[in-house]
Amino acid sequence: MSQELLNKVEQTCLKEEVPYFEIGDTVDVHCRILEGEKERIQVFTGVVIARSGSGTREMFSVRRIVQGQGVERKFPLHSPRIAKVEVKRAGETRRAKLYYLRDRVGKAVRLKERRIDKDKREALAAKAKKN
Amino acid sequence: MVVGLLGRKVGMTQIYDETGKVIPVTVIQAGPCHVLQLKDEQRDGYEAVQLGYMDIPRRRAIRSRRGHVAKLDSKRQRNRSTAGVEPTAKAGCEPQRYVRELRGPANGFKVGQELKVDVFAEIKSVDVVGTSKGRGTAGAMKRHNFHGQRASHGVKKCHRHLGGTGCSASPGRLFKGRRMAGHYGNARCTARNLKVVQIDVENNLLVVRGAVPGPNGGFVMIRETNKV
Repeated sequence: MSQELLNKVEQTCLKEEVPYFEIGDTVDVHCRILEGEKERIQVFTGVVIARSGSGTREMFSVRRIVQGQGVERKFPLHSPRIAKVEVKRAGETRRAKLYYLRDRVGKAVRLKERRIDKDKREALAAKAKKN
Repeated sequence: MVVGLLGRKVGMTQIYDETGKVIPVTVIQAGPCHVLQLKDEQRDGYEAVQLGYMDIPRRRAIRSRRGHVAKLDSKRQRNRSTAGVEPTAKAGCEPQRYVRELRGPANGFKVGQELKVDVFAEIKSVDVVGTSKGRGTAGAMKRHNFHGQRASHGVKKCHRHLGGTGCSASPGRLFKGRRMAGHYGNARCTARNLKVVQIDVENNLLVVRGAVPGPNGGFVMIRETNKV
């Protein structure tokens, strides 16, 4: 019962359209950044290596290599500061958490591309939205 | 007129405000409460509103609780009515599990009135009174935030010890109020000046910023803050 009540409160600030992506996808994360008075959009590109938490606390981690140095950023999925998440390339994975990528360098970081035609992908996204 | 309600702590979560900042919040199921009694200066020596929260089945309630909310027939009652004593007003609701008083002017309240969470509609911040989680017998480090002693450098068997407690032959005793190990928690505790973040009248929910004393499911009293 109490969990239901908590969910009701969380529901008020969840996104109506949750961006759809899967673990292993290469994504562009568009975040809104306030600089003084002005707001601009910063894009962070990388591979989604993990998703954690539930409800308002749901987070996803994105990893990329910058100048030979691995960089990971963890984003709150439902934050209004995340404008959108664009999937650039779908990766094939066999795990929910891709922490093994941290130990790899160079060509070994690459993931095999997952071929999904557009219609199927949209159908999947619609299904995820319903849930 | 005092503003307050009784309720139960549901739990903590986090929500986003319009700028995208995360706010840690506590959800409280507040009300509906019944006004059970009004205390006044002349009769009781102080002014207060007595509220009751959460119905209990009549068969489970002891007679004094049943009689507090509804008229029960008794010898004393009959004697008093024949003597011409006006019976006190009763709320006429189910027996209540959690009964507390809100001190303050009671004008504007009526016995039997039902209060809902919308009483907080124009209130910016509240005080929440609850019973803190009991820790049993706790050491001085946990109870009074003492630092304890070092992990090494010759410290033997007193790593979480409280250290010295007083002087020597003069005065030859401890001063009263010396902080030591002992019973901790399970005491009345007030969290003051918590901002009201959301009100959900339909589900009787009050959402406040920050933590509230007690476990999830613990009873709390919420009132308008007295902090300026």
